[in-house]
Amino acid sequence: MKLFSTIGAYLLMMKGMFTKPENFKMYWKELMHQAVEIGMGSLGIVAVISIFMGAVSAVQTAYQLTSPMLPKETIAQIVRDTVILEFAPTLVCIVLAGVVGSKIAGELGNMRVSEQIDALEIMGINTRSYLVAPKILGALITIPLLVILSMVLGIYGGRLAGTLGGILSGDTYDRGLLMNFVPKNVWFALVKAYTFAFIISSISSFYGYNVKGGALEIGRASTSAVITSCILILFADYVLAFFIL
Amino acid sequence: MIELKNVSKAFGEKEILKNISATMETGKTNLIIGTSGSGKTVLQKCMVGLFEVDSGDIIFDGKNFTNMAEEDRKELRQQIGMLFQGSALFDSMTVEQNVKFPLDMFTKWSNQKKIERVNDVLARVNLKDTNKKYPSEISGGMKKRVGIARAIVLKPKYLFCDEPNSGLDPQTSMVIDKLIHEITKENNITTVINTHDMNSVMEIGENILYLYHGIKEWEGTNKEIIFNKNEKLNEFIFASEFLKDAKDMRMLEEKGIIDNERNMDDIMRDGGANLLVNDDDKS
Repeated sequence: MKLFSTIGAYLLMMKGMFTKPENFKMYWKELMHQAVEIGMGSLGIVAVISIFMGAVSAVQTAYQLTSPMLPKETIAQIVRDTVILEFAPTLVCIVLAGVVGSKIAGELGNMRVSEQIDALEIMGINTRSYLVAPKILGALITIPLLVILSMVLGIYGGRLAGTLGGILSGDTYDRGLLMNFVPKNVWFALVKAYTFAFIISSISSFYGYNVKGGALEIGRASTSAVITSCILILFADYVLAFFIL
Repeated sequence: MIELKNVSKAFGEKEILKNISATMETGKTNLIIGTSGSGKTVLQKCMVGLFEVDSGDIIFDGKNFTNMAEEDRKELRQQIGMLFQGSALFDSMTVEQNVKFPLDMFTKWSNQKKIERVNDVLARVNLKDTNKKYPSEISGGMKKRVGIARAIVLKPKYLFCDEPNSGLDPQTSMVIDKLIHEITKENNITTVINTHDMNSVMEIGENILYLYHGIKEWEGTNKEIIFNKNEKLNEFIFASEFLKDAKDMRMLEEKGIIDNERNMDDIMRDGGANLLVNDDDKS
């Protein structure tokens, strides 16, 4: 029963976001603020993770490809496809669920506990559309961009590790990147990125917005937001792969 | 004027407010008092629409808030200002941005005009040179005054204050009380204050509603509270020996038995004899 009432409350929160803004300019300002917070705030960690993800992927692929029958270009192909199909959208979004999700849940939870949300409600502001909607839209704008950046950096990280480690030359790696490229994979990765961005932002907002109690509950809400987001990301990953690929 | 008619509210099985009827008068500081858990915060939250009542009506100058459409409610809420117990200032904004926020959201004024209004209200609450400070950089009393400034910046018709003195020293509490009282008079606002601060009750309680376990137990003024015979109210309001003595003194003052311009030096010098106003009392 609790699961159904939680889902119901989540759906009601989502429905409550769709109202006419009291002041479009203020909403736009908040959207831009959130886009910068989510996008720029996660840029560093995404860049570091992506480069190392590609680098490790290249080294481990080379380690496993022992047959002399397989061309070295295969390493680049495997790095490219694993980064595009799985590492960049899924792994990065799981990291973002921790970074962005806990931040959103913590921020809204603190606003709830310190009565800032009540203050906005009393002013006559729809807090779901003023506080939650810009976070979801901000995530939908920036997370796919971060995923694209992660793809580029991941592939570059693989090249860097391959050439620096003497596994393969830069030219061989570049040739391998162009071999058997399937553009649909990028499209699929972006579908995943949008889906995961929505999951991260809406689930975290829901947990933060509905915090009751004090500082302890804010921490609990952040943890629940991250755990639920991660589980839903993995579940959605499987469902999307099953139906789209 | 705000009228409460048979307002009831329960959370699950637990009844918090039971059939409360009262009138909050315009231009007066209306106090809701009661012990912790008596339902005063729930009543105030029902009045501003943060909680929905289970039954009864809340009427703002003839407009029934309880069955109002959401759009009408939003409109009415723009005439409501509220000071929260913890001030509820936006952490990420400066004092100026906090006070300017309702103007940004609901007016189409020029930035210059908004800043002028912000400076006016900040001056009214005796806050100067704090515009660029963040809430974390100012004291509790200053936060309350910023909260008041934000609440009155749109010139509301109704002002709600939830325990405005909590966490403040007695002197700052009196400054806040006086400020709220003066603003109420100047702007002819209907002010509703939740408090358990006895100084507030005695100094600014023009209309007092005492709640006991969700029931309206007593209603009156700060003058009447001195002479009230309600045992529960007396137990709550004059809880300590000191307050009981203070009550006795105030009763003597009100009856004109002692001079209300008491002077402690005189008391010490004459053994208190010259404090007795009537010759009969002196003998």
